[in-house]
Amino acid sequence: MRRFARLFHDLDATTRTAEKVRALVVYFSEAPAEDAAVALAMLSGKRQRRGVTTTLLRAWAAEAAGIPDWLLEESYAAVGDLAETIALVLPDAAVDAPSRGLAEMIAATIEPLAAADPAEKQRIVTATWQQLHRDERVVWHKLITGGFRVGVARTLVARALAEIAGVEPATMAHRLMGLSAITAEDYQKLLDADAAVDDPTRPYPFFLASPVDEAVASLGDVADWSAEWKWDGMRAQLIRRGDVRVLWTRGEELASDAFPELIAAAERLPEGCVLDGEVLAYDECELLGFAALSRRAGRRRVTAKVLREIPCVFVAYDLLEADGQDLREEPLHVRRARLAALGLPAFKETADRTEPTAPLDGVEEAPAPRLFFSPRVSADSWEALAEARATSRERGVEGLMLKRCESPYRVGRPRGDWWKWKVDPLEIDAVLLYAQAGHGRRASLHTDYTLGVWDGDLLVPAAKAYSGLTDAEIAEIDRIIRQTTRERHGPVRVVEPTLVFQLAFDGIAASKRHKSGIALRFPRIARWRREKQPAEAGRLEDLRALLPPSQQAERP
Amino acid sequence: MPTLPQRSTELEMPGTLEMSPAGLYCPAGGFHIDPWRAVPRAVITHAHADHARSGCGQYLCLSTGKRVLRERVGGSARIDTLRRGEQVRVGDVDLKLVPSGHILGAAQVCVTHRGVRWVVTGDYKLEADPTCDPFEPVETDVLVTESTFGLPIYRWGDPQDTADAINAWWRDSREAGRTCVLFAYALGKAQRLASMLDPSIGPIYAHGAVMKMVRAYRDSGVRLPPIDQLAPATRRAGGGRAMVIAPPSAAGSRWLKTFGETQVAMASGWMTIRGVRRRRGFDRGFILSDHADFPGLVQAVEASRARRVYVTHGSTASFARFLCERGIEASELSTRFHGEEGSDESDVDQPAADSDSPALPDEQADEEAVEETS
Ligand SMILES: [Zn+2]
Repeated sequence: MRRFARLFHDLDATTRTAEKVRALVVYFSEAPAEDAAVALAMLSGKRQRRGVTTTLLRAWAAEAAGIPDWLLEESYAAVGDLAETIALVLPDAAVDAPSRGLAEMIAATIEPLAAADPAEKQRIVTATWQQLHRDERVVWHKLITGGFRVGVARTLVARALAEIAGVEPATMAHRLMGLSAITAEDYQKLLDADAAVDDPTRPYPFFLASPVDEAVASLGDVADWSAEWKWDGMRAQLIRRGDVRVLWTRGEELASDAFPELIAAAERLPEGCVLDGEVLAYDECELLGFAALSRRAGRRRVTAKVLREIPCVFVAYDLLEADGQDLREEPLHVRRARLAALGLPAFKETADRTEPTAPLDGVEEAPAPRLFFSPRVSADSWEALAEARATSRERGVEGLMLKRCESPYRVGRPRGDWWKWKVDPLEIDAVLLYAQAGHGRRASLHTDYTLGVWDGDLLVPAAKAYSGLTDAEIAEIDRIIRQTTRERHGPVRVVEPTLVFQLAFDGIAASKRHKSGIALRFPRIARWRREKQPAEAGRLEDLRALLPPSQQAERP
Repeated sequence: MPTLPQRSTELEMPGTLEMSPAGLYCPAGGFHIDPWRAVPRAVITHAHADHARSGCGQYLCLSTGKRVLRERVGGSARIDTLRRGEQVRVGDVDLKLVPSGHILGAAQVCVTHRGVRWVVTGDYKLEADPTCDPFEPVETDVLVTESTFGLPIYRWGDPQDTADAINAWWRDSREAGRTCVLFAYALGKAQRLASMLDPSIGPIYAHGAVMKMVRAYRDSGVRLPPIDQLAPATRRAGGGRAMVIAPPSAAGSRWLKTFGETQVAMASGWMTIRGVRRRRGFDRGFILSDHADFPGLVQAVEASRARRVYVTHGSTASFARFLCERGIEASELSTRFHGEEGSDESDVDQPAADSDSPALPDEQADEEAVEETS
């Protein structure tokens, strides 16, 4: 526990990527496998079971510290973090008790806490306080109240583990894909340099595109590029390996339960096949839009009514594995040719609506196709592509994707081979960092948001935007803000970065007055991206890349 | 028995001590205590900028603090001194100064008027500090206490543990070839830190503002390890082995950038709070204060056996309420000791913009400005 607390504090204390990786390497090379496995699951964002409410914890802490409740609350206001406040006010442990391992602590305290009655809970909590150092208490309080989150990008965890295992970071990133609960054995397998980690459900790390502006002609010969529509849906991998059929979102959430019709359709894919593509809400004639899709995403169970009202399809644009072979090193044109050979129908965003014909007796109606192929948008010049792109809005797509024909399927967002050439308004996915209550009708709700984008592994504020969300969404987000508040400063709440929004803006300029170095013109929230994880949010360099060329040089 | 003042936010005791436009004033003695404006006669608890203003006609301080106060108020000022515990008659009151353990020469001011004693603690700490005389508890009728760290989250550990942690950090940074930069208030904290450093690890350098006070300490007889002022040409000379002590205003300065690879730490009681450490971007935060922690404040108040307590600086409302609930008649004393100037020399080492506001106000303001201009 002491070791894990040290990791937590080290990650929290530094803003330098290299030092975060260093701290992770130190932790994972020293921790016993059973602790490391638990730590890895928690760093991967595994939700914790709540053992005790913060209300009870506050009352017991005030009692143990010999201070009135109001003074604990005033202390909380000064610290901004309840777990830390309680750790600070409690008297130090009487004896220097030997530190118990993380896994043991969880088994010995958190699991029993969840099952205990209040009196027993208090006994466990006060007894455990006697065994914990101040720094350990902070972490333990977060664990028992279900509020443990740590600000470390998954790529850094992958880098640290890769260093320990002596494998490439991309290899480790792949091994970590889709990992949630893991055992000590799983963990040891992860670190095995030559292990073929053969979990059949495992997806590949996604290759992400970077935004590109009007200067696309600088990309070179248009013939070297494969263009497709940028579908306005949810990025996903559809996997069929033996009996396993799963759908993974880009946030590494298993979305199979939310899209049963796609899982059913995957049965017709050949064995050993992994598709990269987009889930779209589509009713056989037209796109239903992103708002409709968001009613499907992130659900554990989908009602028959929602299934009927919002049918979904999967539009594949890449083939990552065929016949059980990893194709990612093959050039895009080869992968696309093999994808085409699967015989999926080319997706069209609109189709003529035909009257349903009554099925013949005894003959089952052929199910509507669910899996499609994302066709190439052909053009012999950049001008022609620009013309095609100009039709994006009426097609209900976000613009064009430009992919270099010779590109392998890379990991992460290396610039150069994949570009997203969106139509205006400019957009970026950003993470909620600070929230403040609104005015008037919404004075009791948090409606003013400060949103951040990634700069290295840090989230930096990029814009302040007022909510353009529905009342129902605002109420739901307000609840989440209250639950995930990390610090309070007067009316402003610093929240755990968990909520992702699509931020639309009309322009961008370099700004020396902003820490981010950029200022967005008329930033506003376009929509809530429930299906996205903070790690998937946009990057500061994406925004900088949108600066007019004259301002690019000014950036720090 | 004298009548004690009614519960109020101002001192209303006629004659002994009262609030005046220039600060705490003793009409019976004709002097101010730590005035925030130039006055004819000033009794000074200690030489921090928010307690010792220049321009007064006459200063009175503890003899050990004269040299340091001279640095603050200038060479021509008249500074009289009292030895520790020496009692003098000033007007109608008896006055004496008793060490408060805060920094070199820091004193509590004891004023006895018609048989009623008042003690103004100034800033104080109860922990041992090799660079100044220790705090001496004084029994009194009325106590004016500071409460800079008057919340129960502030509980200091053993300063020796902090010293060990700082030296260990220095050794680690030396292994990594990085110069250590330790931010601390130029008067008091910087010298206390210097006394805690292990000079066998590497050379110790100080910023000019710190060095000025190092000289004043040495002139006053305080032993400190070898420290050099850092001339521009020597900045890289430490070769990644050096420890540099600098005031917090040097953070982010061009001066600091010339060191190349550094590890930056702050030593302050405010470093207790993780969010403060993080927002200010220090590599390390060491919890070390020249003020009393919460248990120390309670201990000092109880040891004084005061029947009436006024609380000033910091968490005044909470601390006064806490004392009241423990049966001690206490209330806030509103002062303007702090906040008049954002000097680093002040040891009200409030992390100015950080203490009660989030990291983003400038960002917010900027966003709005952009909207207006676009
Ligand atoms: Zn002071």
